[in-house]
Amino acid sequence: MAADTDAALSSGFHLLAAAASRQADRTDSIFLAMVGLCGTVAAILCVVIIFFAVRYRRGSRVDRTPPRELRSIEIAWTVSPLLIFLAVFGWAARDFITLADPPADALPVTVVAKQWMWKLQQRNGRREINELHVPQGEPVVLTMTSQDAIHSFFVPAFRLKQDVVPGRYTRLWFTATQVGEFPLFCSEYCGSDHSQMTGRVVVMTPADYARWLASGPAQPSMAQYGFALFRQLGCSGCHDARSTIHAPLLDGLYGRTVHLQDGRSVVADANYLRDSILLPAKDIVAGFAPVMPSFAGQVSEEDLQALIAYIQSTSQRDAP
Amino acid sequence: MTSYLDDGLTIRSWLTTTDHKRIAILYAIAITAFFFIGGAAATIIRMELATPAGDLVSHDAYNKLFTAHGVIMVWLFLIPSIPSVLGNFLLPLMLGAKDLAFPRLNLLSWYLYLAGGLVTLEALLLGGVDTGWTFYTPYSTMFSNTYVVLTLVGVFITGFSSILTGLNFIVTLHTLRPPAMGWFKLPLFAWGMYATSLILVLATPVLAITTLLLIAERLFQIGIFDPAYGGDPLLFQHLFWFYSHPAVYVMILPAMGVVSEIIPCFARRPVYGYRSMAYAILTIASVGFLVWGHHMFVSGQSLAASMTFSLLSFIVAIPSAIKVFNWTATLYKGSIRFDAPMLYALGFVGLFTIGGLTGLFLASLALDVHLTDTYFVIAHFHYIMVGGAVMAYFAGLHFWWPKATGRMYSEVWARIAAVLVFVGFNLTFFPQFILGVEGMPRRYHAYPPQFQVLNLLSSAGAGVLAVGYLLPLVYFAWSMRHGASAGPNPFGAKGLEWQTRSPPPTGNFDHPPVVPDIVYDYAPDEPAPAPEPAP
Repeated sequence: MAADTDAALSSGFHLLAAAASRQADRTDSIFLAMVGLCGTVAAILCVVIIFFAVRYRRGSRVDRTPPRELRSIEIAWTVSPLLIFLAVFGWAARDFITLADPPADALPVTVVAKQWMWKLQQRNGRREINELHVPQGEPVVLTMTSQDAIHSFFVPAFRLKQDVVPGRYTRLWFTATQVGEFPLFCSEYCGSDHSQMTGRVVVMTPADYARWLASGPAQPSMAQYGFALFRQLGCSGCHDARSTIHAPLLDGLYGRTVHLQDGRSVVADANYLRDSILLPAKDIVAGFAPVMPSFAGQVSEEDLQALIAYIQSTSQRDAP
Repeated sequence: MTSYLDDGLTIRSWLTTTDHKRIAILYAIAITAFFFIGGAAATIIRMELATPAGDLVSHDAYNKLFTAHGVIMVWLFLIPSIPSVLGNFLLPLMLGAKDLAFPRLNLLSWYLYLAGGLVTLEALLLGGVDTGWTFYTPYSTMFSNTYVVLTLVGVFITGFSSILTGLNFIVTLHTLRPPAMGWFKLPLFAWGMYATSLILVLATPVLAITTLLLIAERLFQIGIFDPAYGGDPLLFQHLFWFYSHPAVYVMILPAMGVVSEIIPCFARRPVYGYRSMAYAILTIASVGFLVWGHHMFVSGQSLAASMTFSLLSFIVAIPSAIKVFNWTATLYKGSIRFDAPMLYALGFVGLFTIGGLTGLFLASLALDVHLTDTYFVIAHFHYIMVGGAVMAYFAGLHFWWPKATGRMYSEVWARIAAVLVFVGFNLTFFPQFILGVEGMPRRYHAYPPQFQVLNLLSSAGAGVLAVGYLLPLVYFAWSMRHGASAGPNPFGAKGLEWQTRSPPPTGNFDHPPVVPDIVYDYAPDEPAPAPEPAP
């Protein structure tokens, strides 16, 4: 089955030998169109310049009656590139909008970058370093942060990259279409061993992926580990229905709109939860006193992601 | 008949001069030195990249080399090159003026430039800096153990030189134009200088502020950019590119000005669409302030911001396209001669076009996601900055060399050098487009072996390019002693600067120059200028 898919995908134009994500095909189409368009423009200009240079070289016997400057020509070569540019802008922007919006059912994987390695964790708790295993044909969303400098997660075969920034989460999602191993690069300069901060993405058939996922050492899932942290760090002391302290309940919070004290409303996404744990004074929920202490410095990036995974899991449990 | 070159022969007379032409020569000497220092760094980089293994220099040395190359070439060569050398020399001459509006301020600009340059060089000699010329935080504020602050102090000081030069040019253009020379009789070189000066004055202070904020965070842990102190690393990128994107136009607008002087002269035709050329310059300068976010499509900035910056980036390409079409149309029904300046100028048009068109690839959002931070970007901006700005700088050097020195250089060698630069440049940078498409990230000390063939081609091209850049040193030096006398106007050019002696006297003109009724009053049928002097 994999061989058939590979054969189907290898037909048509591709930038690289490997075009292994849905987006890769779309990006290659834009690229091809741009090469055609810009190549034609460049070739025409080149031919015209050489033609003029030869024909109107000094001493050649040609008619040199001064040409009139035509407003219409100037308008034509201003407006026609503008229209073409608008079309290209729209085309490339449409795909970019898709890239900004992961499907709700995408398989979540968390990524922590540090000088100079990639640490990844699957939802069931299985950890990897410099390697990412994903199933073919299923959307995967990476929620990424950095422990130190800015890094960038770049998989050329997927035609995708996303900066990984300390202090916040960035997301990257893709659907791998081809089984195989594909290079992973850090593409944002991050110090001495930037060029060694490489790895690979291993795309497997869903069955193989399921086997691989189950074969790791027995360990709690991210949500289970997050729940343990939730109690251990004392979060549950306040954020619990039975608590005497007046704190917002967190069950089912993820993805909901939260109304804040200062009148703003925000969607409770991973970045909101992160900030609420580390910078609790930033977004005070309407009707609550700003009594929560900051947990900055007390939780590692991995623990933070586990806590968020736990809060996220309470929404999924409540869903009909 | 003494010229500005004979008016005081001591070193002291040079170092205390307020003559814009002498200051231009001082700039030329300093800039040439920095160009070859930056070029030496590039040479080692290309040697390292000839093989996939990082075996010639250590990873840290490599990181310092590409940083040094970028910092020196951007701030100490490209930004000051055409404005401070050619602009300084030519602007008063083109206006028929005796000097710039503020001659002493002009000398101060040079000293500031030199001080900034020396501080930067000092940082390199002490051990260098490894942040990349972009100084992205929090790497530059928290994680780099190199001379970040000292380098930034150098950049900060150099910035004031830019601001003062910009101010000087703006005032000069407003106050020293002769009454007969309205704004739309200005040579396009002067328009380029005007637009560039506006950018320098408006954008450079933002760079100054940004470097100070970065220094404050690095030295005193004041949280501005580092999230560990409550800062925002994207804020740095916004501030940095708010200056550094317009800085690209500081490099390219003067280059467009130079080419707009040379093509009409050697095609013997008025520049096509003069007014739209002038408006295009102003449009590029103003819209150029609104596109900085296209460096940040994958940085995590908002979708709305990326969409806006992408659209504006396409729009800023339109005036550039108009200029290329107009240069081409200027050749139509001309009487074209292919002297060295013209070869460089035509090379500029071709390479700038490729640089501009590949910029459209990067402005296309989904495509940029793949191409950004790869060698595609490296190739693109070198086509603009080296294929564009440096080609034009060399075109200008060859065009006005007889005016500045009174001597001709060897035309044969100059043409050989022009061809070598063109071929070497393409061999160096075209393969890098393909490397980028194949996914080779930039700033890699070692790389996977599948990228070797293209890297090797690129390194070979760099060798050819280096020869092309070294040759002018030889034949320019030769011409200063042995070159044939140039006469006031060897190319039959129409600008006011050609109405005075070569080299000009200290006060520029023995007799007030005559402002022609139309700018670029060339005609293909008028008698050809003096024949090319024998090489």
